Amino acid sequence: MAASTWLLRRALVGSRGVSYHIKKLPNTLKALRLCSSSSSAGRPQHEYQDKPRFPGALNSYYTEKLEFDDPDDGEAIPVYRVMDRNGKVFNEAHDPKLDKETIKNMYKQMTLLNTMDRILYESQRQGRISFYMTNYGEEATHFGSAAALLPEDVVLGQYREAGVLMWRGFTLDDFMNQCYANQHDFGKGRQMPVHYGSKNLNFITISSTLATQMPQASGYAYAVKRAGTGNCVICYFGEGAASEGDAHAAFNFAATLEAPVIFFCRNNGYAISTPTGDQYRGDGIGNCYRGYGMKAIRVDGNDVFAVYNVTKAARKIAVEQSQPIMVEAMTYRIGHHSTSDDSSVYRSLKEVNYWDKEDHPIGRLRHYMENKEWWNSKMEEEWKREARQQVMAAFSRAEKALKPPVEEMFSDVYDTLPSRLKKQYKECMDHVAKYPHEYPTELYQPDK
Amino acid sequence: MAGVRELTKLLKSHLLHFPRKSHPLGGSRSAFQTYGRCASTLTFVPDSPSPLDGETQKMNLFQSLTNAMDIILDSDPTSVVFGEDVAFGGVFRCTVGLKDKYGKDRVFNTPLSEQGIVGFGIGMAAAGATAIAEIQFADYIFPAFDQLVNEAAKFRYRSGNLFNCGSLTVRAPCGAVGHGAHYHSQSVESFFAHVPGLKVVIPRGPIQAKGLLLSSIRDKNPVVFFEPKILYRQAVEEVPVGDYEIPLSEAEILEEGSDVTVVGWGTQIHVLRDVCKMAKDQLGVSCELIDLRTILPWDEDTVFKSVMKTGRLLIAHEATLTGGFGAEISSTVQEHCFLSLEAPIQRVCGWDTPFPHIFEPFYLPDKWRCFEALKKISSY
Repeated sequence: MAASTWLLRRALVGSRGVSYHIKKLPNTLKALRLCSSSSSAGRPQHEYQDKPRFPGALNSYYTEKLEFDDPDDGEAIPVYRVMDRNGKVFNEAHDPKLDKETIKNMYKQMTLLNTMDRILYESQRQGRISFYMTNYGEEATHFGSAAALLPEDVVLGQYREAGVLMWRGFTLDDFMNQCYANQHDFGKGRQMPVHYGSKNLNFITISSTLATQMPQASGYAYAVKRAGTGNCVICYFGEGAASEGDAHAAFNFAATLEAPVIFFCRNNGYAISTPTGDQYRGDGIGNCYRGYGMKAIRVDGNDVFAVYNVTKAARKIAVEQSQPIMVEAMTYRIGHHSTSDDSSVYRSLKEVNYWDKEDHPIGRLRHYMENKEWWNSKMEEEWKREARQQVMAAFSRAEKALKPPVEEMFSDVYDTLPSRLKKQYKECMDHVAKYPHEYPTELYQPDK
Repeated sequence: MAGVRELTKLLKSHLLHFPRKSHPLGGSRSAFQTYGRCASTLTFVPDSPSPLDGETQKMNLFQSLTNAMDIILDSDPTSVVFGEDVAFGGVFRCTVGLKDKYGKDRVFNTPLSEQGIVGFGIGMAAAGATAIAEIQFADYIFPAFDQLVNEAAKFRYRSGNLFNCGSLTVRAPCGAVGHGAHYHSQSVESFFAHVPGLKVVIPRGPIQAKGLLLSSIRDKNPVVFFEPKILYRQAVEEVPVGDYEIPLSEAEILEEGSDVTVVGWGTQIHVLRDVCKMAKDQLGVSCELIDLRTILPWDEDTVFKSVMKTGRLLIAHEATLTGGFGAEISSTVQEHCFLSLEAPIQRVCGWDTPFPHIFEPFYLPDKWRCFEALKKISSY
């Protein structure tokens, strides 16, 4: 990690040849604070008398060497993992030892999400819904993190976190109703597909604007801290969204105001067509943590147990120490960015195939279960058939339902309808009544 | 260009060596003073407090705002006040003493980031807390435009009312101050008037500021509350010390009249008070003066009713003419009061330029420009 190496070098340079070896600084600021106390061994006395007093960096010290901090000098943050690509756990102590039913449930939901993705993707291709975004390859980041949280921990997401909702109990009908924008959609048919939200499941409604949820998560977490419920907030975002100004604001606010929020970055290699090489030059997103004074960790996003362990530990720190944590889950976006995108234009099929066939989160968990003899190909076949039936049934229910009444176009702009909006609603309905054959009124519930 | 440079030079020397016996453009010194609206020349006429609101105390505008926030912090344990430099009392003294009284977790500084401040406030409000955010100058609200327009304003609508950030209020000092130039003078209300889901409020004095701020904070919708900074110290009146509210989306008729309806808000109301008096004294024209108070959603009915009576309308605001909120009022009134109108609706506004430094006296819709427009429509 670049920054720690830099600090190590500074420490060595500052000690002027006196042997002062720190292989790894666990917490740089604390370490330096200790070093600067008068009892610190090995450093010339005059350095402590001549300590910089600049308020902007009280833990710093003087050097007479002109030397730039070079991020290329350091090591990258390592990727934490629990099991290999064949589902074999490296170190039993790190196996979260979730019970068989929980793991089977997790696996079934991951595949159910995958099945729903395939069917809704196809339905968009047939023009039955207007838009869709799949979750291919990122299922472990959703279920691993969701399982490590409490249901009362509030989620603010980007848009590729449907698995979190599924884990919390969002039903296939709930998903389909939103995508079809029918009368049962909690969002009253106002937003594009995949912009889910659920009050009961503490999942704040998704919006298209990237990274805007991030400073909101910091604020939400601050309110949660004041309320003293012992909960935290988790905020999901992609590595592309992390380039937005709101991400910077969010990290900085959460750190300075000590908000218990887990910033969970899904680093899947692409923001639409933009590879990470065009997105940033540092060591990923997790690397920026030191600048904000935040703890951070990088995890194998295709390893559901690693994601679970990391999120659970992060949650503990966030709640107990009331501070933000950065989790960077490394993964790969196997699907197209959305149904409006053809990713073969900017990346090779070979690359995609590697992640789909050789390092897939669902495949890895299946190996784990097969190793334990909790799962076999017969069960796989049966579950696949059942999952498909469940999805198709919800799909056809959602498709048949009417859209919400037109009055819902006007409500909820404010808590109550201002007089001007009342007039506009009347104007709209009078107009439609005059031209009944020019508007698809038969698809909508009648107005009250 | 030489002419402009010459003029600038003259003006500069005039301002730098103020006072002077005569104006370089031919006017007298006192005439120049009235052109140059600054803290020392603006006439603030205090309102009378309602006897129903009980005991009063002399307060200026910033003190009445502090008083309103004090009431909220005292009565609502979820409420917090935050922004750049609010902890020590704020650069305009609006939050003096609140941190000491309520603690640093309730009145606190944020990092210097407007998008962060508003995003943070939305998050707090979504969690059900009362969030009172301060943007140091309205001129610096634009980094938070995305959070206000795409997020705060649409939070309730897009979630089907599952979630809302109705307990968010964003306060920001606005308007001319005599020497604020581009980035300490702007009136930005019309940018927000185009955003369904937001409420936009501007008070004209301490009594109004306190009552409207209390309503804004308690309103169940996100409110952007603009405070005319030139009035922070200058506007002093007897403000009720208790808890009272002034309803949003209700204009106030300050003076009744029969010949011309005059509409404005914020500092401009005090300019228009002078204009109404000049019209009466010099032209024998009776003006009906209306303080709009809430820009969005605005009180159409009060304005319609007045224009149907007078047949003439003058709107004046400091913000630039093109796309200013005067345009919205003008076209709406034209649509609804067409048969009553006896003259074209007049808009007296800032020119379509950035807000200038040295040229401020020539930029503002001062009483002479308003008076001239009033003459024009009353004799149309």
